[in-house]
Amino acid sequence: MAWAAGTRAMSDPFPEAEPEPSPERTAEGLKTLRLMLWLLVALVVGAGAIVMLAPDRTPPAGNGAYPDTIGGPFALTAPDGTRVTDETLKGKPFAIFFGFTRCPDVCPTTLSRMAQWRGQMGADGDKFQIVFVSVDPDTDSPADIGRYVDLFGTPILGLTGTNEEIDAAVRAYRAFYQKVPTAAGDYTIDHTASVYLMDADGRLQGIISYDETNTNALAKLKRLVG
Amino acid sequence: MIRTLSVAAALVSTVVLAGCNAAPEAEAPAATEAAASAIAITAPWSRETSEGQKAGGAFMMIANTGSAADRLIGGASPVAVRVEIHTMVMDGDVMRMRELEDGLEVPAGSEVLLKPGSFHVMLMDLKEPLKAGKKVPLTLTFEGAGPVEVALEVQSAGAMGHGMGGGHAGHE
Repeated sequence: MAWAAGTRAMSDPFPEAEPEPSPERTAEGLKTLRLMLWLLVALVVGAGAIVMLAPDRTPPAGNGAYPDTIGGPFALTAPDGTRVTDETLKGKPFAIFFGFTRCPDVCPTTLSRMAQWRGQMGADGDKFQIVFVSVDPDTDSPADIGRYVDLFGTPILGLTGTNEEIDAAVRAYRAFYQKVPTAAGDYTIDHTASVYLMDADGRLQGIISYDETNTNALAKLKRLVG
Repeated sequence: MIRTLSVAAALVSTVVLAGCNAAPEAEAPAATEAAASAIAITAPWSRETSEGQKAGGAFMMIANTGSAADRLIGGASPVAVRVEIHTMVMDGDVMRMRELEDGLEVPAGSEVLLKPGSFHVMLMDLKEPLKAGKKVPLTLTFEGAGPVEVALEVQSAGAMGHGMGGGHAGHE
């Protein structure tokens, strides 16, 4: 006990720990404190500079609002039977959306809005890919999805896979889908309605929500290809 | 004072009587016929579908100018195996589509708009694709008004409203 107290008294730079510090000791303590604070400031600035200058750690386009955990490995099938993975998509930014062809509302609305935004981007519109993943392989064959995405008059890569492959892709994007039975013995599907904007390295750069304004969505897409 | 009370009593009894009359009328066949003219559907439209696409949405404005509430309870179309009435809700970033098993109420003297992002009629198990520019017959069944026939105007796949011009599907 005594040893501990002695050690503390010797090394503790904060004199208020002492019951009655002399004015000299207080001034000396404040000086030490000031030095330590400056040292702390130097450390923080230094660390900040390292974080900012290190290229690997810079979040794309300075958007730190989204976690790195969205996006990742997946393997799905294109309408022509080609296998498409996160690796094959690399090299070009892409906007990916999960849905199903029996979705009468959110899916056609979102796909046609994306086609519209791409049209408004001029030549920049070709600098990203639009990817539509059907989460309904029991109804949508790869060929069905190909014909469906053709309705929107702009190149859209339609993908699907086995239930396991779809689950893996949905998990990679932290997205959600759920089959819901209907009264007629059929089913509908609840699903995430957001569009994930992925950079050329397959990292999340932004999200376009279902209720995003055209102005905001367009700004996000321009940043994606910028 | 007594006179005021008796007037009030008379008024109350009138209201009660009116209430009693209204209830059986709503179920009587005569009332069904009377209500039939109260439902008016304008601007019915649908979205183009691709071959292999098994469902399509239909949208419209339903007006009930009658004095009794009515309810859209179903429908039929030669292009679909089944016609269902759905609503769509956003739960955070998740879209949830639900069948309205009790139908969709159209209150007396009001209008209900079926549109993308809200109530819609679903043409389930399409027998043939809905082609843009074509008209698709649809019979809607109302609890009070009975069957009402409309012709859906098929728009582009990404159309957001009836008679919307170009630019929505990005074909150009």
